[in-house]
Amino acid sequence: MAEVSLQRVVKKYGDVEAVRAIDLDIPDNEFVVLVGPSGCGKSTTLRMIAGLEELTSGDIRIGGEVVNDLPPKDRDIAMVFQNYALYPHMTAFENMSFGLRLRKFSKSEIKQRVEHAARILDITELLDRRPKALSGGQRQRVAMGRAIVRNPKVFLFDEPLSNLDAKLRVQMRTEIKRVHQKVKTTTVYVTHDQIEAMTLADRVVVMNNGRIEQIGTPQELYHQPRTRFVAGFIGSPAMNFIPCTLEQNGAGLSVRLSQNIALPVPASKAARYANLSQRDLLFGLRPEHITEARSNGRTSPATFTVTLDVVEPMGMETMVFFNVNGTEVCGRVEPSSARGAGEGMPLQGNMEHMHLIDAATGAVL
Amino acid sequence: MTVSVAVPDVRPRARRASLHRTRRWALFASYFFLILFAIFFLLPPYYMVVTALKSDAEMARMATNPWIIADGITFDQFKILFSQTDFLIYFKNTAIVTVCVVVITMVISVLAAFSLGRMRFWGSSILATGIFLTYLVPDTLLFIPMFQIVKAIGLLNSYWGMVLVYPTLTVPFCTWIMIGYFQSIPKELDEAALIDGAGHLQMLWKIFIPVALPGIIAATIFAFTVSWAAFVYPMAFLYSSDQQVLTVGTVTSLIRADVYKWGMLMAGALVAAAPPLVIYAFLMDYYIAGLTAGATKG
Repeated sequence: MAEVSLQRVVKKYGDVEAVRAIDLDIPDNEFVVLVGPSGCGKSTTLRMIAGLEELTSGDIRIGGEVVNDLPPKDRDIAMVFQNYALYPHMTAFENMSFGLRLRKFSKSEIKQRVEHAARILDITELLDRRPKALSGGQRQRVAMGRAIVRNPKVFLFDEPLSNLDAKLRVQMRTEIKRVHQKVKTTTVYVTHDQIEAMTLADRVVVMNNGRIEQIGTPQELYHQPRTRFVAGFIGSPAMNFIPCTLEQNGAGLSVRLSQNIALPVPASKAARYANLSQRDLLFGLRPEHITEARSNGRTSPATFTVTLDVVEPMGMETMVFFNVNGTEVCGRVEPSSARGAGEGMPLQGNMEHMHLIDAATGAVL
Repeated sequence: MTVSVAVPDVRPRARRASLHRTRRWALFASYFFLILFAIFFLLPPYYMVVTALKSDAEMARMATNPWIIADGITFDQFKILFSQTDFLIYFKNTAIVTVCVVVITMVISVLAAFSLGRMRFWGSSILATGIFLTYLVPDTLLFIPMFQIVKAIGLLNSYWGMVLVYPTLTVPFCTWIMIGYFQSIPKELDEAALIDGAGHLQMLWKIFIPVALPGIIAATIFAFTVSWAAFVYPMAFLYSSDQQVLTVGTVTSLIRADVYKWGMLMAGALVAAAPPLVIYAFLMDYYIAGLTAGATKG
């Protein structure tokens, strides 16, 4: 077990900069998820840690030692691939023990380690089977077993659940979390699925366009995104962004979204936004913070009435879509209070969760 | 009321019946043509067997039907072939040459294909295409310059010369087949092996060769067939009987000017065809086993 540290790491393919001078420190035992859209450099970063890609510049340290020029086998890492990468001609046991056999472990040690890993992953009865006789989830367990038996300093996961169906993905997600809680090895996990990132990670690293946008716990990323990209990427359905202007409204401020919709800025945020009235701004609010207007005694000041375009009942909640000044906005309401498409509906915004974003820089203000 | 119930009931049955009939016709047509082609392709071997088991006297009598054995089966043609000609020497020479050529071919082409197909380096794809292009030059064009080379090395009229020149026919094609097989193996497999601690040779030996076994067997069959049946090079480079191989030896020793020893020619051709047949039969099973290993749920 060891900490992993990336310093000013750059990867170029010809003129294309896939990874742009990223810094990342992963303490011992931590589960870090690199998340971002396709082509954001997350897999390249992982492959550089594994030693499968060379660095253009910068340093990678594992356990304090610079590993830039070490081949993968000398880095003491184990990797789980998206397509499992099991050796098709070997049984599950042989697959899991291959690395140990190459490292000349004794037969009894190999047997003991494989059986231990098999017990953790609940695949003891599958050890004699070849990969083709295993289901997708079982193959992924064997691939994880191959990583566990080596007892490496670092686990690397490269989108390990992408090939599984939705139900199995959720089960294996829990399984990976359970395994990490048992073996507590430093883990770097790459995914494009923000839900996987949020549920698995101790800390999430959001990447975009070869850069790190933000590093934080899932809660931090959700509640305090630093950029428009992070705000839009984390959370499902994505945060609504509506062009707005800031107006002085008596003693307080209000956000004007359209001619008839102006929502008051709560007192707790007014000071922070006091000097922004001249800028091009985007108003950000998550769908879960746009609900049906709840009149508990008096009408909430952040209420507005819209005409619904689309209504999507999900069972425990209903998603409503409507248009504000040309921008489609999504809200999440109680199924019992939802109206039909084309009808007007009073809604309210929970302004404590609002964000204001600089339209030019994308920074959350 | 009853009609409206009956209609949906009848239609699927009619469709099922017609599907059944279509399938029966398809089966019937397949069997008919398969049997037709089997007869067509088995007639020459049948003619060979029949002729090899006849006496010279029966063949000389033009009156009898050539498709049947009228005077009873005799193994004289085989006895004379084995005892009074150099056939067994040709057979031994061919076996030695073929085994050596197959081994040399597989070692070279597996290593070449592994490096060209998996280890990306500058010019690797041009080299791979170049290797295939050399296969397109026929041996009838190459044998004259090759003659100079073989003569210069001092291997003219020696079957060891064949061991040297046959791989020029087999290596390019086998390398091409193997490149295709190696490239079809997902790259994560070598990355997993690298992380597991394998070097390139271990990766080749423990991962790539077992996984690409069907391709290796296909290439082996090809190399075997080419060197067992090669004709132009031995015709050009070998002239004494003790160095000769089956293809040329059988023809030159059993056809004297316009005298054809048909019985022995057919007997010789049958014996010469046996090893490839046995190898095909054995390797084909293995080939299919390799393709389908682990495909069924156990």
